[in-house]
Amino acid sequence: MAQKRVLMKGNEVIAEAALRAGCRNYFGYPITPQTEVMHYMAKKMVQIGGNFVQAESEVSAINMVYGAAAAGARVLTSSSSPGISLKQEGISYIAGAELPAVVVNIVRAGPGLGGIQPAQGDYFQATKGGGHGDYRNIVIAPASVQELYELTVEAFNLADKYRMLVMILGDGTLGQMMEPVAFRDVEPIEVYDKPWACTGRGDRKEHNTITSIYIDPDTLEVKNRELQDKYALVTANEVRYEAFGLEDAEIVITAFSTCSRISKNVIRQAAELGIKVGMIRPITLWPFPSQIISETAAKSNVKAFLDVELNAGQMVEDVRLAVNGQKPVYFHGRMGGNLPTQKEILDKIIEIHNGGNN
Amino acid sequence: MAKVTFNDDLCKGCGLCVNACPRKILALEKVRLNTKGYHPAVCVDPDSCVGCAFCAVQCPDSAITVER
Amino acid sequence: MAIVFQPTEGLTKKPLHYCPGCNHGIIHRIIAETLVEMGLLDDAIGVASVGCTYNSYEYFSCDFVQAAHGRAPAVATGIKRTHKDKVVFTYQGDGDLASIGTAEIIHAAARGEKICAFFVNNAVYGMTSGQMAPTTLLGQVTTTSPFGRDASYQGYPINVSELISNLTGAVYVERVCVTDYKNIMNAKKAIRKAFECQLSGKGFAFVEFLSTCPTNWGKEPVEAMDWLKEKMIPQYPLGCFKGADVDFTKADENEEVKS
Repeated sequence: MAQKRVLMKGNEVIAEAALRAGCRNYFGYPITPQTEVMHYMAKKMVQIGGNFVQAESEVSAINMVYGAAAAGARVLTSSSSPGISLKQEGISYIAGAELPAVVVNIVRAGPGLGGIQPAQGDYFQATKGGGHGDYRNIVIAPASVQELYELTVEAFNLADKYRMLVMILGDGTLGQMMEPVAFRDVEPIEVYDKPWACTGRGDRKEHNTITSIYIDPDTLEVKNRELQDKYALVTANEVRYEAFGLEDAEIVITAFSTCSRISKNVIRQAAELGIKVGMIRPITLWPFPSQIISETAAKSNVKAFLDVELNAGQMVEDVRLAVNGQKPVYFHGRMGGNLPTQKEILDKIIEIHNGGNN
Repeated sequence: MAKVTFNDDLCKGCGLCVNACPRKILALEKVRLNTKGYHPAVCVDPDSCVGCAFCAVQCPDSAITVER
Repeated sequence: MAIVFQPTEGLTKKPLHYCPGCNHGIIHRIIAETLVEMGLLDDAIGVASVGCTYNSYEYFSCDFVQAAHGRAPAVATGIKRTHKDKVVFTYQGDGDLASIGTAEIIHAAARGEKICAFFVNNAVYGMTSGQMAPTTLLGQVTTTSPFGRDASYQGYPINVSELISNLTGAVYVERVCVTDYKNIMNAKKAIRKAFECQLSGKGFAFVEFLSTCPTNWGKEPVEAMDWLKEKMIPQYPLGCFKGADVDFTKADENEEVKS
């Protein structure tokens, strides 16, 4: 592996990673704070003979993604919260038609037009489906520019492996952040046959069709059960998280992406005060690392959990489901595009350590 | 010498072929129903058919084959 | 005796679910026949839309992708950009293309996407039981214009072909109907020309088919054909709006697209 490191912006690394993963199709619509993904693609895709289309809307962009995915291509779109809301129609169709695609959401503060500063208010939308119907997307939450690279490449593999939409859930902090990144010489691209793709019938005896409509209730129920079976398989195989300090932690922080970075510094500060704090950082937000949280909650050294998010408390619901009443779960969140300070989190830890209220 | 054949099961009795026939030799059955429950089209004067295929071209359900 | 007409291999054997006399069956067939005649069936990828033709993918024997309501031109864009050597077409109704999908069709045309859009205009929403469409005629009674479409209340019908023909990226635009043998043959020529346009790589091709909806118009199929001729054609005149003089089979780079 080449270890030459280059300084790059998060959003540009997403685009570069997609190209390295063999993605030759990008369809998007401008929105802050993810436009660098687009700018990078606008130049590079043309240079390497790929497809870049600035669509007339996010609705159109996601449907171009649907078309390219149906045609068997690796395909990417990126947007930010209000744009992702517009894409939900297409995302539901992609789930229904079981098409592989990667969607990047560099989350900004909402609701409505909200603001352009970082937030995690789209957790529910991302992890519970987002559009209409019973479906899931694989949701990946990188916490560094290096992870943006590695996990974006991985996202394309997962999308093809399971014929699912994989969402990269970042935020403005991560997208705009510049960090050193080390690119591999050779990417671990997994190649999956796509005999279902609409490529023109060619020598095939039967024509291929891509659809999400099943008028007959029994057929649609079977289709739904197949989807749920697939989601169970993904849940069994693809949960990713980072955990540390659990062996002797009194308090366990749960946080993803930007919040996990801030919290890591607080853990050191707490240790200086003699408070042992560990962390579970979900890397896949769906499938959610419920098992490790549940097992950790059962440990005698663990007294409480503190969930830190850039919202009013969304992932904390999944944490509470996993903890299932075994230990108290506290929450600290900031909204509107504000980030929690280390002091805020440390104060909360001290409060919990001193027997604070839930 | 021409022959028009109807795929009876596909016919919905819309009558567009009856209207399209320049020889006016097609008609919808008055009593008999096909498996779909429609009065299907039939040729009432096969000897007069010239095989122009106007009926088949007009048929929305590809129910007609024409030989000549 | 030799067979002079038989069902096309461009369509599957599945019986159509459309109402008696519905023009979709004719339009499906002549598109499929044209694909076969041009030797394009194995290279074609269709895009179905939402409405009565939501499952047209079951009827065409080429590859087919079902799209969300109005989004077929965007889906077709994704397919065509992926497979530039294939022939990609959309099949859309008036609610789909002229209402919810106006942005998609206008911008696909403006980009000069090398696709064909086949637009079936029957001046009413069929699948959802006869509501007013963007192309409903003034005075026409529908379930949502029960007193007849009133311009002061519900606005005016949209002439989509005329609209599309104003866009530089659209190089072939024609409006046809399938009311009789002569018009069906003419419509087939338009379909062929649309595919030739796509193969030439010159840009976006658009064919509007005026169509009947006997069920929601409350008319017998033959009577509906007459109504189309008497009422729809005055609002939606037949003819080629763009590319009439262009022979897309000739690789003449200097040939100008006349409107």
